[in-house]
Amino acid sequence: MIIKTTSVSECKEHTITDENVYHQRRELIKKMGFLGAASLLSSPASAGILDIFGEEKTPEALFAQNNLSYAAEKGGFAEELTPEAKITSHNNFYEFGVEKQQPAALSQSFKVDPWQLKISGEVENPLTLGYDDLYSSFDLEERIYRLRCVEAWSMVVPWIGFSLAELVKKAKPTSRAKYLAFETLYDPVQMPGQRSRRLGGGIDYPYVEGLRIDEAMNPLALMSVGLYGKTLPPQNGAPIRLVVPWKYGFKSIKSVVGIKFVEKKPPTTWNLLAANEYGFYANVNPAVDHPRWSQASERRITTGGIFAQNRIPTLPFNGYSEQVADLYSDMNLRKYY
Amino acid sequence: MAITVSQKSILYLKALVHLAALYPLLDLYYGAVTDQLGGDPVEAVIHFTGIGALNLLLISLLISPLAKRFKLSFLMRFRRMIGLYAFTYGLCHMLNFLFFEVQFDVRLFIEEVFERPYITVGMSAFLLLIALAVTSITKLRRKMKGRWQTLHNFTYLIALLAVIHFYWSVKSEIIEPLIYFAMYAALMGFRYKKLRGWKDKLFSR
Repeated sequence: MIIKTTSVSECKEHTITDENVYHQRRELIKKMGFLGAASLLSSPASAGILDIFGEEKTPEALFAQNNLSYAAEKGGFAEELTPEAKITSHNNFYEFGVEKQQPAALSQSFKVDPWQLKISGEVENPLTLGYDDLYSSFDLEERIYRLRCVEAWSMVVPWIGFSLAELVKKAKPTSRAKYLAFETLYDPVQMPGQRSRRLGGGIDYPYVEGLRIDEAMNPLALMSVGLYGKTLPPQNGAPIRLVVPWKYGFKSIKSVVGIKFVEKKPPTTWNLLAANEYGFYANVNPAVDHPRWSQASERRITTGGIFAQNRIPTLPFNGYSEQVADLYSDMNLRKYY
Repeated sequence: MAITVSQKSILYLKALVHLAALYPLLDLYYGAVTDQLGGDPVEAVIHFTGIGALNLLLISLLISPLAKRFKLSFLMRFRRMIGLYAFTYGLCHMLNFLFFEVQFDVRLFIEEVFERPYITVGMSAFLLLIALAVTSITKLRRKMKGRWQTLHNFTYLIALLAVIHFYWSVKSEIIEPLIYFAMYAALMGFRYKKLRGWKDKLFSR
């Protein structure tokens, strides 16, 4: 499926990546990946007496990622990509610890094969995808998307995956199917955050998320199985995760084992935890502040240390208004945040 | 039995405290500038200096109970420098937010301070801490006489505000903040008599 880039999401001249850098990107990324792995293995500065809870376990061996074959994003994406090393070392995945670096440190022995993704509920064609099916049932394509976290930072990620709409069509929803309810793997043996309240942030597991069926059918909604040309590492939601680029990151549920088509709006994890802070829709909206963070602007994480000036205005629907605003035309987005 | 420590040993110990407080800070900013602090160096420096300030504040509150209980009066000679390092870390914490998080957007900075209760509380603690840091100068201390102690008793309030700031800032994981609450309560427990004295004075009027 071809997604046309339209004027609003098209990028301004000054944000366009230098062509040389673009052509050498895989080379550059490899180098950065090397640096990233090296910094993962060296002890971080925070392991000192002043940070009594800073516990870092060095992973014995990195999770093995496989190369994927896929159709590359046509025309590219003009905003600078976040380096792979940063995408894979700065993660909110409380199943592997609440601190950003913990998922990369604590998930490297995660087993993804065998895997079962069960599609069930109000469908004519319930199905289960095994590990190999995740990569072979649909044509894989690259989609370069902005990722906006509710904590007011953002990245640009080259995902690989297939449209959620393809999966929905294959399952053939009945007329009663109004919502999709997603569920993350529940496996306390493998996921330390599900064992320990302190590591897992006091969340009730398994993590659950949901979409309205018309949101799920939007061509932007992606089931991702990889990034930067390879299968996903565990900290990014291996082996398969949802990516909904116009919503805050917590909607994009990771390591999915179940998608159930349902009639009523399903419960969602962060909404259950703090309904006044996290709504069901969670569309990126600079006009509606979160109680903890102004959502008017964001820090874009790319290269560079703390002196990289990277605060940029946040766009409605994360810059995807033209593709998705119609879904919400009759809704008060202040009420349905 | 009181333990006496030679002048020379105190100098060495002080040098050690300076090193223990400064080295992590230098190491942190070196990593932050060279982009070696994981995915988001900004979050890393904010968290590290924040928790560092709180730890130092609690250590400074531990000194006088320790000195009294175990007759280690030499410890009192370290209290000011540890308090000043708590201030230094707090200053870095606040400046990290202004420089690297909101990136000199002063309007956004002010909005955040007033609109986010946890930042309001943290900023109040920091402003009080400035007053204590300034009046830690020996000359001023002498000038202030009895009022100095009254002002510096605000440390108890500052530490409480700092713990509340931490508790409010976390999204869901409250076990660590609760441990800090417990440590704070223990430190106040050592001062039970003093606090009860204040209470009696307040209500006997």
